[in-house]
Parts: sequence; C-alpha cells; structure tokens
Amino acid sequence: MIARALRDAGMEVIYTGLRQTPEQIINAALQEDVDAIGLSILSGAHMHLFPRIIELKQEKKLDDVMVFAGGIIPDHDIPKLKEIGVAEIFPPGSSLEEIVEFVRTHVKKQY
Amino acid sequence: MKVAEQDAKKPFVREFTTISGYPVREIYTPADLTGFDFQRDLGEPGEFPFTRGVYKNMYRGRLWTMRQFAGFGAAEDTNLRFKYLLKQGQTGLSVAFDYPTLFGYDSDSPEAYGEVGRCGVAIDSLADMEALFDGIRLDQVTTSMTTNAPAAVIWAMYLATAEKQGAAWKDLSGTIQNDILKEYIAQKTFIYPPRPSMRIITDIMAFASRHVPRWNTISISGYHIREAGATAIQELAFTLRDGIEYAEYGVRAGLDVDEFAPRLSFFFDVHNDFFEEIAKLRAARRIWSRVMKDRFHARDARSLLCRIHCQTAGVSLTARQPYNNVVRVTLQALAAVLGGTQSLHTNSLDETLALPTEKSVTIALRTQQIIAHESGVANTIDPLGGSYFVETLTNEMETAADTYFERIDAMGGMVPAIERGYPQREIQESSYQFSRAVERKEKIIVGVNEFITEEPPPVDILVIDEAVYQRQCDKLRKLRAERDGALVEQNLSALKRAAEGTDNLMPHILDCVRSYATLGEICDAMRVVYGEYQEPSIF
Repeated sequence: MIARALRDAGMEVIYTGLRQTPEQIINAALQEDVDAIGLSILSGAHMHLFPRIIELKQEKKLDDVMVFAGGIIPDHDIPKLKEIGVAEIFPPGSSLEEIVEFVRTHVKKQY
Repeated sequence: MKVAEQDAKKPFVREFTTISGYPVREIYTPADLTGFDFQRDLGEPGEFPFTRGVYKNMYRGRLWTMRQFAGFGAAEDTNLRFKYLLKQGQTGLSVAFDYPTLFGYDSDSPEAYGEVGRCGVAIDSLADMEALFDGIRLDQVTTSMTTNAPAAVIWAMYLATAEKQGAAWKDLSGTIQNDILKEYIAQKTFIYPPRPSMRIITDIMAFASRHVPRWNTISISGYHIREAGATAIQELAFTLRDGIEYAEYGVRAGLDVDEFAPRLSFFFDVHNDFFEEIAKLRAARRIWSRVMKDRFHARDARSLLCRIHCQTAGVSLTARQPYNNVVRVTLQALAAVLGGTQSLHTNSLDETLALPTEKSVTIALRTQQIIAHESGVANTIDPLGGSYFVETLTNEMETAADTYFERIDAMGGMVPAIERGYPQREIQESSYQFSRAVERKEKIIVGVNEFITEEPPPVDILVIDEAVYQRQCDKLRKLRAERDGALVEQNLSALKRAAEGTDNLMPHILDCVRSYATLGEICDAMRVVYGEYQEPSIF
C-alpha cells in the first residue's frame, strides 16, 4: 500500500517483501543505493529490530539514508525511537498523503 | 501524482455503497426477488442449501462457541490466560503463536530475534506444548490452533501431548488453520512453495480421517484475505475457491470426498457493513453446499455444511478513540450471530495498540454473552431471512462469487492463479481504492477522518515480559542436552526420506516430535527437500 502510494507519487520503490532481517534490509539499501528506508512492523518487536537496523546503517556509513517507520507502535516508544535516529513514526490511521509528503520533503536528494 | 490528479478531476457524488464499494439501492421490493424460490434458495435450517443455517435448531439447541484467540510469552504465561478464560465462561480455546513459531523457527534462531513470545506464544518443542495445556484435559476442551506452514508439526505436538495425558485421539476435537493458500494470497506466513505445501495438507487430511476423526483439518480462511483489504465479495469468492482447491487436491490424492469434506470448516471476517456481512455468511453456506453437491458429488450430508468461525474485523479497529472499538465489535458480533456463525472471537478494544489486556479481553467476551443472553436475537433462526434487501444481497454475492470461480478455473485453479499473482493483485487494488476513499472522506471512519478529538491514549496496554526470550533459549539448550540425540537424528532422516518420497508425512513428524526434535529442526528437514517459497513482488 505504502509502496504503491510512493510509486504513484513518482518515486522509485524497491519492495523487499515481508519479514526481512535487519541485515537483509541494510544490504538491500546498500545495493540499491537508496535515499530512504521505510519499515513497517506490527508484531511489537520494534524496540529490538529498529535499533539494530540503525546500528547496521551507521556501520555501513549510510548516513544520508533516512529511516522512517509505521505500524503498531505504542506512543511511549516513539520518543525513544526518534532519539536513536528514526526520522518519523506513522501510527495506525496515518494517511498515505501524509507519508508521501514526509518522504518527499525529507530525503536529502531532491527530485 | 497520477492518482491524485485523476481524483481531483472527478466530481464528488455521494454514493450509497457498502464498505466494499458495492452499490446499494434506495429500497428493495418483491421485484428484486423475481424467481425467488423458498425451497430452492433458502430451505429449512439444517437442510440443503443451508442458507438459513447448518443446524436444524441452531442457537436454540446450543449457542455458538465463544472462543477468544489468546497467546503470548512462554507456554506457561498463555496457560494461565487459558485457565482464566475458561473460568470466565469461555467455551473453547484458541491458540495464537508467535512469529518464529508460525514460520517454523526455534526461539534461539537468528530469524527469531526480537519476536519471541511477542504476538503469540512461543512453542519450540513438545515440552512447550505440554506446558501450554498443563492442567487442561485435551479430551474435555476443543482447541483451535492458528498455524499454517508448520501446521503438521504443531498438530503432531498436540496429538503427542494428548497421548501423554492419556486422552484418546478419537476423542479430540478442534481445528488447525492449516490453510496455506491464503498465506500466499494474504497473510504471508508461508515456508515451502505451494505444491509441496498442498501435499503436506492432503497428508494431514488423510491421517485425520483415519486417526483423529473429529478434528477439523483445515479452517479455510477469508479473515486474512479481508484484513489485507479485499472486499466482502473477494473474501467470499477467494475463500470458497480455496476450499474447492483443497477438495480437488484431496480427491486427486485418492481420497473420497466424503472422507475429508465433513472436516473442512471456514473462517470469515465480520466487518462493519452490517447487512453485507450477514449476506456473505448466508451466501457462503449456499454456495459451498451447491459446490460440494454439484462439483464434487458429495453424498454425506455433513460434507455439504459450511461450518463457520467468525472474528470481528481487526482492521476496522482504530487506535484513535479506542473505546469506540467496543461499539464496532458489538455491531460486528451481532452481524456474525445474525449470519449464523458456529463460533466467534470478538476483538478487544486495545488490539490496534498491542495484545489485549485481561480487562479488555473480558469486555470482548462479555459482549458476546450480552448478545447471547440479553438481546433476544438467538431465540429464532435466521431472523433476517426473507428480507428483500438481505436476500437480494445474498443472491448477488453468490453470482459475483461464481464469476470469480469461472475466472480462477480458467487459470487452471487457485494454485496457478496464486503463482501468477491474480488474487494478490485483486486484493491490493481493493485495499488501495478503500484507502483513497477514506482519504477523500467518501468513507467515514469515526474518530479517524471525521469527528476527531485530540485525546491522550487512555488505555493501559499489555507488556510482554522481556525475559521470555532468554527463558526459551535456556529451555532449548537444556532440551538439546538431555534428549536422545541419536534418536532425533534418526527420526529427522526418516522424515526427510518420506518428504522425498510419497509416504504420509504425519507418522514421521509424530516420531520426531515424540523424541523432542524441535519445531525448527523438523521444519528444516522439510526445507532441505522442498526449498523456501520466494514470493513474486507485485505492487
């Protein structure tokens, strides 16, 4: 859904599919030379997996790559995730337009 | 932004449609039911074509089963929740497994990191299954287990637990979801490619018919299809077409249709659109009985029954103003009951935020009890039968489902249709259209795109004990050290050989389970033979 909305907004989207490990996500980001990584998680494991992804991103020196996320993420976890470097969290009920607009204005390269 | 531009050009017209976008007329009259034949189209409850219900006396004989899906943390945590729910008057158990368990990984595998016990209970071996049902006699309850790709292994663990309790397999009753087709279509917790997965399923059907005759071997599920964004008609059509596919594979494997069809059951979502949902359930029963009779020539009356479990629509719950969810769930549950469901799970108000707390799950259960005991709707069978609107909608849904059947038949069946991404694409399109309709406010969601108030999140949510992961890993280490390693190896090798050949896999899986091979080890033995499914990317 998000992938399609971003694509329809004129962006190139690489959808890696479901249930990727942090390592697989960062490798895909490296290989495809992306500007942003969008993560979606519903299981409640975000406080484990997001820090790992940010850590790997830093290891690989992907400093210009923005990470944003959505899913079932309780409010009290949001400040902690932003602190470690997740640019924005979109909770359930966020609109597609809001997400598209955020990505458009926050990637480093402008198109 | 192509879509937005198109949208801007479109003049806004108020349309009267169901939540699925299906047009609804101003009024329905006898003219809408020209040619309607009571005996042919409705019949008596408990009689062909079962539109009014699968049983003769329906809820006057026995109320639907109130079955709340539960699972979190370690087996011991979920065992306590089960005992609590049984004490509150719940009449059946329903197990939610965590992601690693659904994907056939052990808790200490790298793929399981961060996910252990989080959105379901962690089950790694027979030892966990024994703990899950400690103090609960398996011949005294009915248990539904939401497991698909590794269903054969989880079921084998359940059967082995029953053995240990001294309960006879013939007295066991329950359900494994075991519906792999909807995994490829919507839910995505698959392991192996479709064709070997279908072989595992036919092995389960054959084994159950001989050894565990009261077990429901597949719960053919529209729930996940709907939750992924399908319309009510797509949910109905794809689910029943999946059912046809299983029946065809069963027959092709040499089973008599009446050997396995009575043990197939169905699982539908109940969404917000009240009459559409009622019509969907009525149509499902009529279509299935006609399919079993005309297409499969079933002779046993039980083969014709579309027995239904319903769950209220998780996707309809809102994180904003979460107490409104109690009202949504009430309406949805009422639709399920008026639609004649056999069992029901009502969602809890906090489920868009986390797994439900004991308090919220109790409200959800009480909702069913109020409908059952206070509203009076269970006093008479199919009270909406004969409504011009509901009968017309039921007829139209049947016709629309038939059109999908023809299209999928022309592709060679559901497996080829899935391989070319057909149902996936159909659902994605519907889901996208619905999101756009919500953004344009053509569809109103109270508290989300209309009647918005800013309020702090008012509910306490369930927090999963972070120690579960370590405990599961410790248990696994101890298990691997203490079991008979040579016996495990021998059983896993035998399973691999069976997977390469044509032997029924169930006895081999049971041997592995009894020797305390882990879920991950057993699934790996089959991964080596069958490979893992890589889904084609479509969006």
